[in-house]
Amino acid sequence: MSSGEVDISTPGGAGAQTRPRRHHFAFGDPLFRWFTIACAATVALAMFLLIGVLVKNSWLAIHVLGIKPLTHVAYNPDTNQYGALSSLFGTFLTTILAMLIAVPLALAIALLLVELVHPLVSRVVGTTIEMLAAVPSIIFGMWGIFIVVPLMQRHIEPWIQATPLGRLGIFGGSPVGVDVFTASIVLSLMILPFITAVSRDVLQMVPKVVKEAGYGMGSTTYEVMRKISMRYALAGIAGAVFLGLGRALGETMAVSMVIGANFFTIPHSLFQSGTTVSATLALNFPESQSKLETSSLIELALILFVITMVFQVVAQLWLARARRMTGSRA
Amino acid sequence: MTATTTDLSRCPMAPRSVRRRRLVNTVITTSSWIAAAIGIFVMGWIVVTVVVRGIGAWNVAFFTQLPPTGNDPGGGLANAIVGTLVITFGAAVVGLPLGFFGAIYLSEFGRAGRVATGIRAVTNIVLGVPSIVAGMFAYALLVLPSHHYSGFSASVALAFIMLPVMTRTAEDVLNLVPNELRESALAMGAPRWRATLGVVVKAARAGLITGAILAVVRVAGETAPLLFTALSSPYWLSGFFGPSGYFGGPTANLTKDIYDFSQQPYPHLIQLAWGGSLLIIVAVLGVNVVTRLLFQRGKEW
Repeated sequence: MSSGEVDISTPGGAGAQTRPRRHHFAFGDPLFRWFTIACAATVALAMFLLIGVLVKNSWLAIHVLGIKPLTHVAYNPDTNQYGALSSLFGTFLTTILAMLIAVPLALAIALLLVELVHPLVSRVVGTTIEMLAAVPSIIFGMWGIFIVVPLMQRHIEPWIQATPLGRLGIFGGSPVGVDVFTASIVLSLMILPFITAVSRDVLQMVPKVVKEAGYGMGSTTYEVMRKISMRYALAGIAGAVFLGLGRALGETMAVSMVIGANFFTIPHSLFQSGTTVSATLALNFPESQSKLETSSLIELALILFVITMVFQVVAQLWLARARRMTGSRA
Repeated sequence: MTATTTDLSRCPMAPRSVRRRRLVNTVITTSSWIAAAIGIFVMGWIVVTVVVRGIGAWNVAFFTQLPPTGNDPGGGLANAIVGTLVITFGAAVVGLPLGFFGAIYLSEFGRAGRVATGIRAVTNIVLGVPSIVAGMFAYALLVLPSHHYSGFSASVALAFIMLPVMTRTAEDVLNLVPNELRESALAMGAPRWRATLGVVVKAARAGLITGAILAVVRVAGETAPLLFTALSSPYWLSGFFGPSGYFGGPTANLTKDIYDFSQQPYPHLIQLAWGGSLLIIVAVLGVNVVTRLLFQRGKEW
């Protein structure tokens, strides 16, 4: 304390103190800068390492099986069949169904949060729904297999079959509960909070003036939402949808627990068990016996990575466009 | 005459029945209330289910004993609790500092430059990598060459998931720090690194801590990346190398135990699985709520 005062009051002392210090710290800045660059670069390094490692380990399968997995349904290591079509079909089917349920729900909730309720209520409701995103996949799986599956099997699926809808082929067969339908519903609830949060954020970026102009013209809340906000935030909402899509494609635990898994067929009915890429990986990989099977499953993981990467890139492009159009950085 | 009326009805400004428009509006607003109610109801349903089914499993044995072997009732998940803590800690030690300093580069040095934009894009892609693919990556990278599963490989998989989460949230928080703070620190003659760590980071610490905690909690509940890496083990984690060490062999963890026990036909194992689920949901949701309440300030500048 007192020595500091002395330094400042006597010019000679201060100069003598700062000169060596400044010299010493001259290395500090470049060093710090390069250190942070190195840290930032690890994520890129990790991704290239991931691609490299997955390609290297699936090389055997790519070499031996060629494109056969992409054209064959059956997966049976005992007979050397490594078809991936049933898994891919299941992944896309559950994802599309989950999106069909989750997107309208998420948009409706976002409308409520942005336009209809008091900001305080909006915050409480919004946080509760965000909490749904924090619930781990395995918990959804436990809830799904012990609560939702019996409910589906005993009540909801027989009920659907009793209605005129039941005559449709897609609701045929005996209700088992562990099926594509249940998996899609659980999946939709898992991605709901993500789509809701992002659409709420982009809808909030719509300038007030634009909406007020709509209200001033005598539009109803729905009309302002539909014809002004949604149009203004369209790119952002598309980004939100693709983000949800990417999540749904890779979701593993809950889906593998309720879809029945290891049924390598193309299901004719939604009430039939099936499998997805991630469920196939989760259930077969730890038990894989031969090098070829391991390799073919790593190839499946690589395919899943490429698919989600494509959707992620599309989502980012749309969101970036939304940001440019609305001129916000949020 | 008729042609004009048809044209008019197609025109966006065509007069429409006010009653109909009001009805549509009511239907849509009501359904958005219903949608929110569904979301909240599901959240409540899951929490209540886990609490009701899991609370019965919580006793002293649950927190202190090894899982039962075979048909014996009793036992606990103590080794899995320890394993999950160790694996998550290992992931945090790697993932958090890398994400933190990476974010400093993006927000303080890289900004809108080409390198930073590229790294940001890659970060977003890694953010979207399915967790099971991250597990497969750690398996192919560490388990295959070393010929044994390990808790360490699980930590690597989790760090891979944690890294982009931490980078993105930390960058967002650092970007909220007003530029005046940086400028005044530099004007005082502070070198860049001191201005960053002593002023910018200090100003943003509430948000950074929140981000770090949420990133850790998020991976703590992961299961898929552990399936091919930590596997599971009926034994205590002991030491580092050796067959039941962190680097040397399968490591017990909560989520994989929940998954395994839920597939068993024995009620007492399923009970344990619910007990584990309760512990995870209490930890994850509890930490989420508490950090949000404590550090909410960090969000509003």
